[in-house]
Amino acid sequence: MAPVGPRSGDAIFANVERVNAELFTLTYGAIVRQLLTDLEEVEEVNKQLDQMGYNIGIRLIDEFLAKSNVSRCVDFKETAEVIAKVGFKMFLGVTASVTNWDADGTCCSIVLEDNPLVDFVELPDTCQGLYYCNILSGVIRGALEMVSMKTEVTWAKDMLRGDDVFELQVKLLKQVPEEYPYKDDE
Amino acid sequence: MQFFGGSEISPSPPAPTATGNNAHMIYVFNRNGVCLLYREWNRPLRTLNSQQDHKLMFGLLFSLKSLTAKMDPIGADKGNLGVPQLPGQGCSFHSFRTNTYKLSFMESPSGVKIILVTHPRTSDLRESLKYIYNLYVEYVVKNPLYTPGSPIRCELFNTTLDQYVRGIA
Repeated sequence: MAPVGPRSGDAIFANVERVNAELFTLTYGAIVRQLLTDLEEVEEVNKQLDQMGYNIGIRLIDEFLAKSNVSRCVDFKETAEVIAKVGFKMFLGVTASVTNWDADGTCCSIVLEDNPLVDFVELPDTCQGLYYCNILSGVIRGALEMVSMKTEVTWAKDMLRGDDVFELQVKLLKQVPEEYPYKDDE
Repeated sequence: MQFFGGSEISPSPPAPTATGNNAHMIYVFNRNGVCLLYREWNRPLRTLNSQQDHKLMFGLLFSLKSLTAKMDPIGADKGNLGVPQLPGQGCSFHSFRTNTYKLSFMESPSGVKIILVTHPRTSDLRESLKYIYNLYVEYVVKNPLYTPGSPIRCELFNTTLDQYVRGIA
């Protein structure tokens, strides 16, 4: 039998190197602030944050796999649980929950009640269209793409816009089968 | 039952000595078949150029994986031979041994394949390969100057790897 991966990230979180939470929050804030200055358009900032998250995600997945000992997930449901319970705990120190499954098990919501990225943050009137935490959706998309799942990640609820929680909607578009990468004539 | 000849027909190399490096070479591939890393410590005989060699190794693993999954008498999810599987499907082999070498193999769900070729009498290296995967994460993936999917050029990783492999094999 394949070893069963951990169902909670607590033990891993206790062992990995951590940074001061406030330093982390403020650094992220500074990045968003700088992007707003540089790109001017809120839409562009959303896009840029998502791209940055994607670039993080495609690297982060290897660290996640190496440290968590998760070998494989049976289905997308398990994947979502592992992201919420192990992934978020390991890298952000919080635990998320998974809800709102659709009938065929390809779309769900990851709900974050506690989000260290938004401490001290208030959106000014000029930035109402900003998805402040858009980097997170990029991370999830990038990480899942590396394990051959094409996904679409969008924000359904955002505390900075007056909702009671953060809710990320994750939709599985396609599972890409492994193919032989070389052509015959090469 | 004793057949004639036995070990004389396929002689193994002398037992590994305590000192020195008994590992022959290591390959690291990503899912797209790009050889991220190739290092050799002890490989006196070579028949192919390095590009062919890498392709052959990757092809061998790819086919062997699909073959082992197909032959699996217990697992339920087996595809047809040659049909692409979803990652994580099927069973996976972790090593094979010939009279002259042992090949240990590990694949992460993100498609990183680590192959270590050592002396045939080396013991189970699964934990060691996991450790090498951790080294890869620490020294390569976390290196901001490294572009994902490109060959690894990182001295620190190479030195650490050399040191570690010398210790295990």
